[in-house]
Amino acid sequence: MVYLTRKIDFSASHLYHNPALSAEENKRIFGKCNNPHGHGHNYTLEVTVVGEPDPVTGMVLDLKELKRILEQEITQRMDHRFLNYEVAELKDQIPTCENIVRVIWNLLEPKIKQGRLHKLRLYETPDLFAECYRNGAKPA
Amino acid sequence: MSDNLKIALGRRYNFVSSHRLHTAALSEEENYRVFGKCNNPFGHGHNYVAEIYVSGKVDPATGMIVNLADLDAFVEREVVEVFDHKSLNQDVPAFRDAVPTTENVCIEIFQRLKNFPLAKIERVRIEETGNNSFEYAGEALPDHARSDRQGMAQ
Repeated sequence: MVYLTRKIDFSASHLYHNPALSAEENKRIFGKCNNPHGHGHNYTLEVTVVGEPDPVTGMVLDLKELKRILEQEITQRMDHRFLNYEVAELKDQIPTCENIVRVIWNLLEPKIKQGRLHKLRLYETPDLFAECYRNGAKPA
Repeated sequence: MSDNLKIALGRRYNFVSSHRLHTAALSEEENYRVFGKCNNPFGHGHNYVAEIYVSGKVDPATGMIVNLADLDAFVEREVVEVFDHKSLNQDVPAFRDAVPTTENVCIEIFQRLKNFPLAKIERVRIEETGNNSFEYAGEALPDHARSDRQGMAQ
């Protein structure tokens, strides 16, 4: 098995607010992330696909194809967007790293037909990120 | 499908410390042979990075495994305040007897964090420099590396 990782960047704004909670509770839990006008990040997404290299092409999957999937599913959906208002999959969820990475998993997993999606790592800043992988998988 | 997924949060913290690799179990010559320039009697320092991975259920009300303010306060108290701008050999009790290699620093930091009450500490990865890093996830250790041995007890 070989693990292949491709990285993409996108920039987006968001805010953390749960309408089921009071204004004070929102402020207490989410702090400055609760600013009603939002704020933004340069996100970095690392996508790891695992598989056997094809005996003819030597590829686990064609990187051009992975690039196309990432462009179509992630960049077009999230880049230069306000995640709360413009990404339907995040509607009614707080757009934390944890939730965004799960949404991305569910978007990408069915599209990757050569090899299989092994792990995602989504950086919100260089010091904060979330990972997503199957239960029991080694997060290598 | 989502129920089969694991979500882990990674957070990086910085601390700067000095250390000297030296063990009383070896002669001066052997120490120098084994540890080379890291055996300099006056010590030397690094900019360390502690990368902490936590996992748990993502709370639907907050979208979070753990509130970052709580994780930051815990790591700040248990690790950063203990290690930052310190001499690992002289200021951190665990290294009075144990050699403060980054392997041992990594194990010590995992032990200090593993009882975090709000989420599971999955693993700890320590960068000693941009080129050297060490990872520990709580695997069983041989007796000589156990954290509860004399000198490592907290």
